[in-house]
Amino acid sequence: MSKATAAIVGSGNIGTDLMYKLLRSAHIEPRWMIGVDPDSPGLKRAADHGLITSADGVDWLLGRDERPDIVFEATSAYVHRENAPKYRELGIQAVDLTPAAIGPAVVPAVNLGAHLDAPNVSLITCGGQATIPIVHAVSRVTEVAYAEIVASVASPSAGPGTRANIDEFTKTTARGIETIGGARRGKAIIILNPAEPPMLMQDTIFCSIPVDADRDAIAASIKEVAADVASYVPGYRLRTEPQFDDPTAVSGGLARVAVFVEVEGAGDFLPPYSGNLDIMTAAATKVGEGFAQRIHS
Amino acid sequence: MPYSADLDIRVTDSCLRDGSHAKQHQFTVEHVRSIVAALDDAGVPVIEVTHGDGLGGSSFNYGFSHTPEQELIKAAVDTARRAKIAFLMLPGVGVKDDIREAADNGASICRIATHCTEADVSIQHFGLARELGLETVGFLMMSHSQSPEVLTKQARIMADAGCQCVYVVDSAGALIMEQTGDRIAALVAELGDDAQVGFHGHENLGLGVANSILAVRAGAKQIDGSVRRFGAGAGNTPLEAFAAVTDKLGIRTGIDTLKIIDAAEDVVRPIMDGECLLDRLTLTMGYAGVYSSFLKHADRQARKYGVSGAEILMEAGRRKLIGGQEDQLIEIAVALAAKK
Repeated sequence: MSKATAAIVGSGNIGTDLMYKLLRSAHIEPRWMIGVDPDSPGLKRAADHGLITSADGVDWLLGRDERPDIVFEATSAYVHRENAPKYRELGIQAVDLTPAAIGPAVVPAVNLGAHLDAPNVSLITCGGQATIPIVHAVSRVTEVAYAEIVASVASPSAGPGTRANIDEFTKTTARGIETIGGARRGKAIIILNPAEPPMLMQDTIFCSIPVDADRDAIAASIKEVAADVASYVPGYRLRTEPQFDDPTAVSGGLARVAVFVEVEGAGDFLPPYSGNLDIMTAAATKVGEGFAQRIHS
Repeated sequence: MPYSADLDIRVTDSCLRDGSHAKQHQFTVEHVRSIVAALDDAGVPVIEVTHGDGLGGSSFNYGFSHTPEQELIKAAVDTARRAKIAFLMLPGVGVKDDIREAADNGASICRIATHCTEADVSIQHFGLARELGLETVGFLMMSHSQSPEVLTKQARIMADAGCQCVYVVDSAGALIMEQTGDRIAALVAELGDDAQVGFHGHENLGLGVANSILAVRAGAKQIDGSVRRFGAGAGNTPLEAFAAVTDKLGIRTGIDTLKIIDAAEDVVRPIMDGECLLDRLTLTMGYAGVYSSFLKHADRQARKYGVSGAEILMEAGRRKLIGGQEDQLIEIAVALAAKK
């Protein structure tokens, strides 16, 4: 079977972790790694694995006769905003791991099929990738007037970009909970926990449900979707059975289901505790494979 | 140097914010009006009003507010004649738009809290607060968990971002006497004239007033308390007791001791669901170094799942949970129930 070719733009930790995942893919051949710093350890690692590397940025990549089918952007929102129109003009599909949010937001377990033709897709946030599938699992069974997620991540796995733009994380994730998750209103909370040894990424998803909702059907739907996510993020798991609560004063008079998720990274390059980063590179791989299969179908 | 020509230190009452935890976020406009009127009359210079977990805290995770906090802030601003109204926000829970709204509603002091190793998440919020002309305060939460050296670096990040007073915040009520003084002194040495230093205490080891006095002696210029201890865990430094002690020591706070003693008894106590007590659960929090706001949540989950609240809190300490991770207490209770 012929593979789609791919370039990874951005030779940092995320780009490097993604490379290891793509090297295992049956549908994608990672052929290029592009950076801006010739001394980048990421570029060296890529060269060691047989990728063509350049520190001359995307213009070098796009100026060559042979171009990738797919680009994975692991730079920054600012850089991706510059690059996205160039990819589009050349017909290269882009998977955006930055918060630039140019293309439609995609969570593979929920809506990948709807965006296989999109020139550019956004992966929202790590918290969104981990929690939106669960909101979707509930909202496809019953009405979710309000959903709220709490993402706890280990401090060392939260980079300067996330720290400087924490509002953007909560707002972008909340929007995804509504538009993709199917909740009428969404809220996101993020906690950076400095515990040593570092904690695994943990996410809690609260969904309001009607008091008379079919709780067995909700629980079954949650388990099914969690298994879907685990098919492309092997370290994704439910920590407990879904927990149901009747309405109280402090619950705003709402009945709810609470779901506890943990994400252990595959440890391809990033440490296993940084499940928040692993779920991004795993989701990017899944989206890229969807693109690749369509390109070759 | 004193705080001002008239005050050696400036005191902030937090019962309408920290007390929100004890009240399970069910404050009404009437509660706010009567407490603000009484504290204002007693000369309390700053009164903090917000959901216990800061702006945007009304949620499944922390408990929904009875009355939207912005309405409570408006009522407080409207009621106060002399006191300034402050609000709290935690980056990751609230957002910049919440700060703008609180400022529009007339609050004048923006207090921004982060876990004491994560100050850099507050930089954009301090920037906005200063741009809006708000006075700024930074909270380094769970300060017992880090050394003075770590705290000074974090305090520097806040000060450079525009914070005018960095607080050592003893969220777990776990600091003991000199541990408070050493942390305050280290921050004072680091910040110099760049920013003041403050202290926010809890009563989980019964040391709120004593720790606050040591903080003042080490150079703190702002001190928090809550009338009648009305706060999370075993409550905050009781402001009426702190007023009495500072009076005796000749430390000028501007607070009328007899009036605040009356306010505590006649106005605040009737609004509380119960006294904030130093009992098994709250003492466990101070002993295990657990975030005080976990109290009501641990208690609720213990009852729902038929497990020990103290065991939930001890496990929260073992897992090194920090402020904001109330959701994890449910999972702990489920796990404890499964073991039974």
